[in-house]
Amino acid sequence: MSTWTPGSLAPRPEAAPLGRMLRAQTRAELTLTLRNSEQVLLTLVIPLGLLVVLTLVPFIAVTGRRADFFVPGILALAIMSSAFTGQAIATGFERQYGVLKRLGATPLPRWVLLLAKTLGVLAVELLQLVLICVVGLALGWHPHGTPTVVAFVVLGTAAFSGLGLLLGGTLSGLTTLAAANLVWFVLLLLGGVVFPLTEFGGAADLLRLLPTAALSNGLRQLLQHGVTSGRDLLALAVWAVVALTAAARAFRWE
Amino acid sequence: MNDTALEVVDLVKRYDTRTALDGLSFDVGRGTVCALLGPNGAGKTSTVEIAEGFRTADGGSVTVLGHRPQDPAVRPRVGVMPQSGGGYPGLKAAELLDLFAAFHAHPLDPSDLIERLGLGEVAGTPFRRLSGGQQQRLSLAMAVVGRPELVFLDEPTAGLDPQARRATWELIEALRHDGVTVLLTTHLMDEAEQLADDVVVIDHGRLVARGTVAALTHSDGEIRFRAAPGLALEIAGATVTETEGRYLVRGLAGPALLAAVTGWCATHGVMPQDLQTQRSLEDVFLDLTGRDLRS
Repeated sequence: MSTWTPGSLAPRPEAAPLGRMLRAQTRAELTLTLRNSEQVLLTLVIPLGLLVVLTLVPFIAVTGRRADFFVPGILALAIMSSAFTGQAIATGFERQYGVLKRLGATPLPRWVLLLAKTLGVLAVELLQLVLICVVGLALGWHPHGTPTVVAFVVLGTAAFSGLGLLLGGTLSGLTTLAAANLVWFVLLLLGGVVFPLTEFGGAADLLRLLPTAALSNGLRQLLQHGVTSGRDLLALAVWAVVALTAAARAFRWE
Repeated sequence: MNDTALEVVDLVKRYDTRTALDGLSFDVGRGTVCALLGPNGAGKTSTVEIAEGFRTADGGSVTVLGHRPQDPAVRPRVGVMPQSGGGYPGLKAAELLDLFAAFHAHPLDPSDLIERLGLGEVAGTPFRRLSGGQQQRLSLAMAVVGRPELVFLDEPTAGLDPQARRATWELIEALRHDGVTVLLTTHLMDEAEQLADDVVVIDHGRLVARGTVAALTHSDGEIRFRAAPGLALEIAGATVTETEGRYLVRGLAGPALLAAVTGWCATHGVMPQDLQTQRSLEDVFLDLTGRDLRS
């Protein structure tokens, strides 16, 4: 233990430029996600594994090329996994561990923290989308590409982030963990990711209002058939507005 | 520039039916170290957390460097070390301190700070794998890395081994030397005696005593010691009381009283133990807050 040079601790307080804070916080968010094995399992391993298995093993009947059906659903699953489930769990535990509270006592503005979280999610999504597209193409995927895909990804991310922050921002870490995984699993089954919505008969129309179904169906219409589904886009927009508003109101930092 | 760094006036805080703070007032001068003492549940953490902007008061006011505690202008100027937690479990010690340094325009060198606090060997260890004492020291580093004017330390040495406590004390002394204001809460009387310019004792959410350590422990004309019970100790011009071998001699102030006591002991072949010419801060504290255990 060494002593301190006189004057070395003299006050010189000033907040860092916002750009530096944003970069540092975004890097921290991304590091935490990629270092956490559960998060990697949830956001990368499971979606890619499901894509390979569902496409190669024909135990679920679909119309058209198998990869053309499953890649859009898996893209929706990937976005749900990182923006909703991963973010909810991380946020729930950060609150429980007092991290968010402590960040609140630093010059980091809350909007910069939330922006950094969003950028962290988008960076992980980019990695997911690239890997899923590469694996999909290797499995014989023939997409129709239009720029509208970006709108679906952005609205889907906004909707799921809102829901994730609402959950993680109000419940304890462990409750969030349980709830986020349960919701993830239910939406995986009912959200048009694994099973075509038509399998659910009369309920299909209602299920399409779920954010996962709206995202998977919208992406599928677009990438498989080149059709923009306005209804799904609208459903996602409504989810995004409602969830983000609710999250902004209910979010507790402690 | 105002010479008060922190001003607490008639502060009231209630949790449901319990009143945690009941009209507490005190202030902390710029560049001084103030120790907030009190039994468990006295209201120390409530006071600190209101001043940090984490909780809101139900009455009264707190002024931090001339601002309301929630004012964003205060954030860069204040460093906060909470009682526990506050680190990303998955980030390494050095990454965590680098992150907090990045929130400030002119931070201390994080790697130098880590070395000086004896954390060099665990710089690459994730926060969750650090020992409690290492987490405490890193948390202290996170509070001071931004070169703040005012630092809140909530029980900074709780659970530390003597070496780590010494390192923490050295840092606090260096902060004071460099003009940083420090408000710390502690249960350790020797910590307050060692570090604090001013001591504020609170109990049941109210101010019980405040002043310098010297003023609070000052007890001119009192000598205490331990010896075998039942000694026929008589000192001219002084009163002697004894409780189970603990002797208290009250008389004229000054060395003459000490000479009279030790002279009597020498004559009678008695070796006085723990002879004190002033009260310890712990005596003062227990006299003020009572000896009952608090939950």
